[in-house]
Amino acid sequence: MDWKRFGFIALIIIVLFSVVVMVGQAKQPPLLIVTSMLATTIAVATPLTLGALSGVFCERAGVVNIGIEGMMLTAAFFGWLGGIYMFNIFHLPPSVSIGLGVFFAVLTGALMSLLHAMLSITFKVDQIIGGTVINILAVGLTGFLNRQLFFGAGSVFGGSVPSSAGVLPTIHIPITELFSSVCGTSATCLQNVQAINRVFDQKPIAMGAVLLVFLSHYILFNTRWGLRTRAVGEHPKAADTVGINVIKMRYANVIIGGMFAGLAGAYFTIESVPSFEPLLTNGRGFISLAAMIFGNWTPIGAWAASLVFGASQALLINMQIFRDVIPPQWSFLQESYIVGLTPYILTMFILTGIIGKTTPPAADGVPYEK
Amino acid sequence: MTESQIVLEAKGITKQFPGVLASDNVNFDLRKGEIHALLGENGAGKSTLMNLIYGLHRPDKGEIIVNGKTIDIHSPNDSIAAGIGMVHQHFMLIPVFTVAENVMLGDEETKRGSLDRISVAKKINEISKQYGLDVDPNALVGPLPVGIQQRVEIVKTLYRNAEIVILDEPTAVLTPQEAEDLFRIMRDLTTRGVSIIFITHKLKEVLAVADRITVMRAGRVINTVKPSETDSAQLANMMVGRQVILTVDKKDHEAENEILKVEGLTVRDQRDLETVHNVSFSVRGGEVFGIAGVQGNGQTELSEALTGLRSPTSGTVTIDGKDLTGKPPRVITESGLAHIPEDRQRHGLVLSYTVADNMALCDYYHPPFSSRGVIQPKALDENSRKLISAFDVRTPSPFVNAGKLSGGNQQKVIVARELSRDNVKLVIANQPTRGLDVGSIEYIHSEIIKMRDRGVAVLLISAELDEIMALSDRIAVMYRGQIVAVVETKKTTREQLGLWMAGAHVQSA
Repeated sequence: MDWKRFGFIALIIIVLFSVVVMVGQAKQPPLLIVTSMLATTIAVATPLTLGALSGVFCERAGVVNIGIEGMMLTAAFFGWLGGIYMFNIFHLPPSVSIGLGVFFAVLTGALMSLLHAMLSITFKVDQIIGGTVINILAVGLTGFLNRQLFFGAGSVFGGSVPSSAGVLPTIHIPITELFSSVCGTSATCLQNVQAINRVFDQKPIAMGAVLLVFLSHYILFNTRWGLRTRAVGEHPKAADTVGINVIKMRYANVIIGGMFAGLAGAYFTIESVPSFEPLLTNGRGFISLAAMIFGNWTPIGAWAASLVFGASQALLINMQIFRDVIPPQWSFLQESYIVGLTPYILTMFILTGIIGKTTPPAADGVPYEK
Repeated sequence: MTESQIVLEAKGITKQFPGVLASDNVNFDLRKGEIHALLGENGAGKSTLMNLIYGLHRPDKGEIIVNGKTIDIHSPNDSIAAGIGMVHQHFMLIPVFTVAENVMLGDEETKRGSLDRISVAKKINEISKQYGLDVDPNALVGPLPVGIQQRVEIVKTLYRNAEIVILDEPTAVLTPQEAEDLFRIMRDLTTRGVSIIFITHKLKEVLAVADRITVMRAGRVINTVKPSETDSAQLANMMVGRQVILTVDKKDHEAENEILKVEGLTVRDQRDLETVHNVSFSVRGGEVFGIAGVQGNGQTELSEALTGLRSPTSGTVTIDGKDLTGKPPRVITESGLAHIPEDRQRHGLVLSYTVADNMALCDYYHPPFSSRGVIQPKALDENSRKLISAFDVRTPSPFVNAGKLSGGNQQKVIVARELSRDNVKLVIANQPTRGLDVGSIEYIHSEIIKMRDRGVAVLLISAELDEIMALSDRIAVMYRGQIVAVVETKKTTREQLGLWMAGAHVQSA
């Protein structure tokens, strides 16, 4: 474990939280601020976490994937579109439409990554260029179809966006119910329990992402699949000489990575808000790559780094909530572009390697030739 | 050794690669418990034959019979299942994995879906003990010395219950002591019924350890002989296909004025450790001054400091009366240094440049190669054609990337570039023949002697004592960053030098 790295992450998160507590304590008790901000942090970190996991699987198997941004965007579009078709054209019930939407998003991610796998593994195209192709394709394809389907009188839906089936519901974890008896009659105690409960009440993709982090970590470092995946990313020839099919392992992991990116896409249009707009991923695919690097290509490390970015976004959201109580000397934090810059500044800072150097898999980005 | 059962037989193996017939109707057999050496120059088809047997490539024709059964090998999985294990020349180990992870990779033991590292470690310890291999299953492989890494590779094959072990050039990376250790392990393995195919191009080794020797050349088997019925000269002839001069033909030559003068040189390496301490010596025109020593005793840093690749912390380097201490490589080169670097691929050549470009790397910036800042392709072309024929570089054309050539030919490109320049006064050759075949070694040795006979000063750094003794007029022994002895070659013996190399401090003049 790299304690310096995790210490840095914890420090940044504590600083960001402290700022919000300082600003907001006039309006809300600190515990409530901390828990609600933590809940927001986990939720908004979801696409970054999934994007970083996508990168971890691809790159651990030796394929650089800078196309995560594009995979997310395409998946966000087709997941959403699939939901609309299911709901409006096939008249399926909303819950089924939403569920199928998630499925379409994951499928889209898988297909986009299959394209990336073919380019980089079979045709041995430069993987940075392959990823760029994916990103450009995603912007063009989603922008074009969005326009053709929904805008103008001649478009498929006649110029209006039909209503979607909605978004995934929040899953309530009954912590309050289980522990309310402990509090007896104390109202503050009950409030505190409810505040803590908010951290755990998440939507399915956000919740699933956290579970997937730990599952991925276990798979990568403690199973046969993980050992072989890392082997083909470190020294494919060595893997080949002990009878491991390098090409198959790489394809499989890139596609698994694509499915993670697809799920991240579903977060935007099926879990967060039920709508699509061009370029909605807004660089999060690239930030998740930074998180992956900062997390040293490990799922748990990448998740921790994603939470830093999530926290800086949560800070921005909370500044809006507390806008009327912000003391004048902190009022600059209301300017969204200043706080909004935090993730990008952090990214640059992290990539300079000041917080210790990270080491990518040795054969990352190198096509395998016998 | 009694004639025992044949465990592996390759019959009529033929493999065509684009442009080369790498294996031409090859027949080969291996008996139980023997060490069968496969001898041949680089590119003779030894490794190809083994890759075919191991399943990394598929033969076009021929069959492979293991324990009397013809087997169809599609991938290493099939050969592993048939009891064949291979230790590759470049180790197939993952540095960031532990020994246990490396050993089990591809044949993992699992318990309820997760890797069972404990039982694998136990099995490794058993194998280790049984064959005297002594490896720690929980150690990370990366930091282990090469000798130990090689043992890990052997454990890998035994873990898979290999009864036939192929060792591809196993001694190329080992020190003489490590090689002795390996031979002991090989003999241990054979007494336990393991059969070994030992691939090498080193004549001494095959004579020392092999039960039978098969010589290959240009994809064909030339002959199979017993070590008791042959000698080095005969084997070398079979390998190269013509008479080979194993000793360097060297006339006495009068040394002239002092060319290279090194005084009190102290150098630190990249970890800031002092690896060369207060070294002084001089090399005169017309002599070969050899620096012997086990690798890693400061030779690398010494030659870097002399050629301008590393700044010394103190001391002076003078070439032909000119103080060049700490000067950039170009200034030193222009003062008459020809440098054959230790690592030909990293420091000697730009592998992705053509042979023609590589041959002009020292002089590209002045006429005739450049005119008013523009490279003259015609001059590069003419120069390379001239050098390719003069130095017998085997390349399809001057426009092939240097990376595509064999090691011997890459080295010839460097030698051609360095020794063909007009004002050479000093040659520094660091490990000039490492990893090369007999033919190329012979050629490079003769070029070095030619320079000496022309009155050029030659500093030869080598870990091969035979090479040092064959070429040098005077020999210095380097041990832990210091020169512990300087002697005339005629007045010393191999044994004496070996003692100094091992650190026995006897000062002599």
